[in-house]
Amino acid sequence: MSTAKPANTHAVLATDRAPRYSFHPEDREEILHCIHHYDDARAASIDALKIVQKRHGWVPDEAIPAIAGILGIPGSDVEGVATFYNLIFRKPVGRHVIKVCDSIGCFLTGYDELVAAIKAHLGIEYGQTTADGRFTLLPICCLGNCDKGPTLMIDNDTHGPVLVADVPALLERYV
Amino acid sequence: MSTFSRAADTHPLTWRIERLQGQALDLKTYESLEGFAALRKVVKEMSPADVQSLVKDANLRGRGGAGFPAGIKWSLVPMGENAPKQKYLVCNADEMEPGTFKDRLLMEQLPHQLVEAMIVAGYALQVSKAYIFLRGEYVVAAERLNQAIAEAKAAGYLGDNILGSGWGMELFVHTGAGRYICGEETALINSLEGRRANPRAKPPFPQVSGLWGKPTVVNNVETLSNVPAIVLRGAEWFKGLSRGKSPDAGTKLYGVSGRAVRTGVWELPIGTTARELLYEHAGGMQKGLDLMCWLPGGASTDFLLPEHLDLAMDYDTIMKAGSRMGTGLIMVVDNKQNIVSVVRNLEQFFARESCGWCTPCRDGLPWTVKVLQAIERGDGRPGDIEMLEQTTRFLGPGKTFCAHAPGAMEPLQSALKFFRGEFERGIKQAG
Repeated sequence: MSTAKPANTHAVLATDRAPRYSFHPEDREEILHCIHHYDDARAASIDALKIVQKRHGWVPDEAIPAIAGILGIPGSDVEGVATFYNLIFRKPVGRHVIKVCDSIGCFLTGYDELVAAIKAHLGIEYGQTTADGRFTLLPICCLGNCDKGPTLMIDNDTHGPVLVADVPALLERYV
Repeated sequence: MSTFSRAADTHPLTWRIERLQGQALDLKTYESLEGFAALRKVVKEMSPADVQSLVKDANLRGRGGAGFPAGIKWSLVPMGENAPKQKYLVCNADEMEPGTFKDRLLMEQLPHQLVEAMIVAGYALQVSKAYIFLRGEYVVAAERLNQAIAEAKAAGYLGDNILGSGWGMELFVHTGAGRYICGEETALINSLEGRRANPRAKPPFPQVSGLWGKPTVVNNVETLSNVPAIVLRGAEWFKGLSRGKSPDAGTKLYGVSGRAVRTGVWELPIGTTARELLYEHAGGMQKGLDLMCWLPGGASTDFLLPEHLDLAMDYDTIMKAGSRMGTGLIMVVDNKQNIVSVVRNLEQFFARESCGWCTPCRDGLPWTVKVLQAIERGDGRPGDIEMLEQTTRFLGPGKTFCAHAPGAMEPLQSALKFFRGEFERGIKQAG
């Protein structure tokens, strides 16, 4: 057993060793603005992660301690939140993120065929990004659009019902 | 003669929608259609206690799925001079129950109705701040609600000293970042505080110790949206809206999804039968399909059969039939579906969405999925069905930290009860 103990007895996170992160001035301002909505700064952690993600498409490692610093909470807490919520990406994603509803309403109305067509068209599986960096494909739970199943979202747009035959033209709209 | 088929006194939630072309109702138009009249009335003529007892008398039950009476929920909040200065109202707009698409409509089309409802409810509870906890995917609703809040604030309906009442509150939209469990009211509070959405132990109940340890009421979008009309038209009117002998009050946003002819959502008297929903409003099953079974109100409700279609869709009637009305948006499963695959899809959803906080849910649900996948492939082993039945008890009410796993067990236990033969077909016979 090593005799040298780090001064900080907490586990050293990969993010603690990350290079320093500088917020874009607009992002910093937006985060500070969000903090004022709440009676405790921690509540802005999800907002802050989303603001950083909007800037980069994902949340880079070095942003975690930076967000922790601005909110005055441990980096491990920010990472815990970042990895809990499926709309926060801790790995780079493509320019466009396709989220295919795989819940029961869409399952009953043609989900299996739709997702197979998208995977075949793009040549990727769930969790992967196309080689040209254009699309990332993810499953998502019920999008509240069940009267128009099968449904999917591309970035902030909801589409449904999406037929297999519609897939190439629909994806073509996202350059 | 009115050119509109829906009137304020028969369709309190949606009567204004026919006047729209898919856009959100702006403040001016909303005001011209009785908008903010309820808020004016409460601040001028009613005490907070008056508003609370009105909502209690109206028997407004929670439209998020549990059906808990909103008036009773409100009555547990400390009131008066000795009550904490910070109290909160949170609108649960995390609509993520599979098969549910009603709150989206209310928020995208009638954002001011929800904003007014929250200010009226906020007055009744004398809150200092209110939040709309909106699922992150509802991008259009977020834009429209934020605009409605800005308009309401500019008009003096939000902020300090609202309409000269001496009372004021702020209202914010908080957008989430995914995860079904955020809809559980204590998990929602943790998420709103910027934490992982693990549920909290109850008691203490949120009404006493909720957001940041202060009294907090969490109400669903549809529940709250009923409040302004109750204030304007009274408890007796609200109770008279329901159909037939239904003990419940008001209207309900009902819907149909699955392979029906015209899927959609409709405001109808609470207690309307599922048969009317499916055959009159949704036009029946699509050509060549028959109804095998249906979920009355979301993924976490027990399946019912075609023979149950004549039941009134109200909380007690559907409960007596062995299911729950849940959100009241029915999902029809047609006879071309494999029920084992349908249940496997439902359980995959619950397994993925488990927050992982307690072991039976975190480990039991993926195990259930594996067994169902084996049965689906025809690789089930003798004893698998009995094991699944045992699981519905091990993950049932009281065995887990929150209602997530018990909800997951509802479609499974009812499918095993009604369609056991279909599951048996997937068991590999020995030898």
